[in-house]
Amino acid sequence: MKVTPAVNTFVGRPVERVEDLRYLRGKGQYLDDLQKEGQWCGAVLRSSVAHGRLVNIDTKAALDIPGVHAVITAADLPSVIPTIPFRRPNPTIAPYAQPVIAVDKVRYVGEPIAFVLADSAEIAEDALQFISVEIDTLDPIVDWRASENGATLLFDSTQTNIASVFEARSGDAAEAFRAAPYVRRERFSVQRHTAMPMETRGLLAEWDEATSHLTVWGAAKLPFFNRRAMAGMMGLQETAVDYLELDVGGGFGARGEFYPEDFLVAFSAKHFKRPVKWVEDRREHFLAIAHAREMEAELEIACDLDGSILGMRGTINVDIGAYVRPNGMTPVRNVTQFIAGPYRIANLAFDGRALVSNKTPAGTYRGPGRFEGCFFCERMIDLAAKDLNLDGVDMRRRNLLTQADMPYALATVSPNDGFAETACDSGDYRTTFDQCLNEFGWQEKSPLNGQCIDGLYHGIAIGNFIEGGAAGPRESAKIELERDGSVSVYVGSSGVGQGVETIMSQIAADALEISLDRIRLFHGSTSNLKEGFGSYGSRGTVMGGSAVLVAAKEFLAAFQDAAAERLRVPSDQVTVEGGVARTRDGRSVPLIEIAALELISREATYHGSKQTYTFGAAAVHVSVDPKTGRVNILDYVTVDDVGRVINPLTLHGQVVGAAVQGFGGVFSEHLQYDSSGQLLVGSLADYMIPISTDYPHIRAISLEQYPSPNNPLGAKGAGEGGIIPVGGVVVNAIASALRSFGVEPRSLPLTPPHIWQLIQETKS
Amino acid sequence: MNITLSINGARIEVDVPPRMTLCDALRQKLQLTGTHIGCEHGVCGACTIIVNGRAVRSCLMLAVQASGATITTVEGLAHGDDLSPLQAAFRRHHALQCGFCTPGMLTTLHALLTEEPYASEERIRDVITGNLCRCTGYIPIVEAALDAREAYQRSRESAPL
Repeated sequence: MKVTPAVNTFVGRPVERVEDLRYLRGKGQYLDDLQKEGQWCGAVLRSSVAHGRLVNIDTKAALDIPGVHAVITAADLPSVIPTIPFRRPNPTIAPYAQPVIAVDKVRYVGEPIAFVLADSAEIAEDALQFISVEIDTLDPIVDWRASENGATLLFDSTQTNIASVFEARSGDAAEAFRAAPYVRRERFSVQRHTAMPMETRGLLAEWDEATSHLTVWGAAKLPFFNRRAMAGMMGLQETAVDYLELDVGGGFGARGEFYPEDFLVAFSAKHFKRPVKWVEDRREHFLAIAHAREMEAELEIACDLDGSILGMRGTINVDIGAYVRPNGMTPVRNVTQFIAGPYRIANLAFDGRALVSNKTPAGTYRGPGRFEGCFFCERMIDLAAKDLNLDGVDMRRRNLLTQADMPYALATVSPNDGFAETACDSGDYRTTFDQCLNEFGWQEKSPLNGQCIDGLYHGIAIGNFIEGGAAGPRESAKIELERDGSVSVYVGSSGVGQGVETIMSQIAADALEISLDRIRLFHGSTSNLKEGFGSYGSRGTVMGGSAVLVAAKEFLAAFQDAAAERLRVPSDQVTVEGGVARTRDGRSVPLIEIAALELISREATYHGSKQTYTFGAAAVHVSVDPKTGRVNILDYVTVDDVGRVINPLTLHGQVVGAAVQGFGGVFSEHLQYDSSGQLLVGSLADYMIPISTDYPHIRAISLEQYPSPNNPLGAKGAGEGGIIPVGGVVVNAIASALRSFGVEPRSLPLTPPHIWQLIQETKS
Repeated sequence: MNITLSINGARIEVDVPPRMTLCDALRQKLQLTGTHIGCEHGVCGACTIIVNGRAVRSCLMLAVQASGATITTVEGLAHGDDLSPLQAAFRRHHALQCGFCTPGMLTTLHALLTEEPYASEERIRDVITGNLCRCTGYIPIVEAALDAREAYQRSRESAPL
């Protein structure tokens, strides 16, 4: 047997991805690639009205179409229609839960009203137009002010459209503002947009009558929670349900939460004892996937004249759409807790209010509440620096957290949804800031600020961010020795396209001291492990990787015991290295030999509820055409410290890809509604995600100077950091470029017409 | 309707309903599920295949229109067990994450570089504006294509068109 290389051969190296081999050949297995013998295909009839009372649904004509087998409406479900469970319950949100199918009322365009089952997707879709639905329309609420006003209530059982208020507090903000020599008040807003993965959502469910077992394919993000939710709603034991992962065409926080269709597909499969498959089309995706980001903040900052930030406070009104979805409160909680970001601000008081409206329910999208909070905070700092006649760079450095501040407690949030208290774990946040200034060439570029060159105005800006990772409480992994000497590693983290197979294999290979090609990695599916969590909140690598380490330790101990028995010596006289157990007198037995004799299998759990905080800075150089309002990104540099780099190739991919998504959110992506609650975008031709020519100038550097003390890997998570700072720095750079006009943008998106209009307003 | 066409070097006869799109026929009738459907309205480019040498959106074409055509899908790009130079460059540059847009990117770029093995960075960028990728930010895709050009240049020299 080949002696395997020393420790840490794979972690930290740009290992080419294992999963690429099948993706590049067209051999990936995505949900729609899966067919089951005898399957029925589903199509969802969705409300075309934003708000109204359901009077009648007539499905007869649809049922007459050849190939249509059934049409399910609320009348066909159990008398109490299940609602979708919350991931993080809190005391006030229960009445705002979404029923799996509309009952009595519809509350957004796109809400499921009926589910057609037919021989093919085409027939099911054809049948939709033969279902007639009578709805008495009600006044739609399409913005948070109308929601707050409460003249129309979305839920008859409630007294208010405010589903929840999160309060974040630190120090004594009232006193700080009373005493401060400088205070400024501002209003900012971010538009509704969303993740828009390239693969639409879909599910396939099969009920096995003989074993009373439900299998659901198409799991993503958090299969174990969804299994629990599904079992509860279907009245089944948890072990009677499995959620299986296939290849996933992008998640970004939106895919994989429990959606109404999850239940409709599974219920139909069980009810009709047929495999049932449903795949969303793109237009449907716009109406049905969780929306995100729509919020308006009214904020105040208090400073000393030297630029020390004494306090921040304010209210953030979040339009969460028609219902509280499983993770619908996460952005609301996050924005209150993370507005102050990486800055040492002792006195904070924020209220984040979740207001319902007649729009698609909101959920998480990469950097939920953090992208928005960073935009608010960085704008506020630049505006304050201008007032105080201070350099924005100096002001930021003065307030950045340093290693001496660690661990640094962030504002405490109530109600407590599991993340009430959290603390930044390690790092001197000035290191990434300073390196970013250097890499960007801040000194050299500074003279360009506000200059007009060939008709274009130039501006630069820099900002800082933190990214919360490692959401607890635990994650599991199992390591099994196969007969041929290979090792199967099972991990609860799920794959959403980020390369979990490669990353976990690297960690396992190093921990077991064997080569990468001897490891087979299985992830996500509930059939792999007794318990697992998944990949969200930048936790996949940190929590799953740590679980692999814990399991590897137990696996190696078991190998040591087995080898000692073979070698007839006490276990403590055997050492294990490089996949070989050796005695002091030079006898040895390799893992591969044990494999033929006995099965070693160890399942272990890593517990950790302390979050990790990747930190970093981003700088940007823009030019703005005042005649068209068009912005060019001439240079964008981001420097972050992720604690520990597992794979620089995939890490770099995460950061750059997230940054480009951020540009989409700043400039072009907008889920706009009209006053009747109709969504005005329905295709990728009018919802404009970035294309290849838009943002080619991005540089990303990742450091590992400050490993996290909170997990054995030292890793901090890196899926979201790339997107968080984009709004703040880009808008500040545009403001700098247009300072001769006095333009100070306060709301996104900054489309060319929006910027052009801001310029015109200052002229008049 | 019966149609006959050549796909990835094999002559194939298939019975398709008149309204079936070419991408549905490839995926459902021929189990060539490497061709992905991202939007069905010709914007995202995930379903791009090569029809008679040109990159074409298979969601905007009916299967019956492909009668007699010579088609290459993503499944036809690799050389036996080895990745093609373009595929290998994609892997080396981490030009794919979730892999969903990848088949369309590969076919688009394969068609381009076969015809224009000296395509400039600007040209490459411009051509893939018709293919949406939500993961990578496109930068590594352009790098991979630039890196793969040499192999296309060599095969052009050894077998002039």
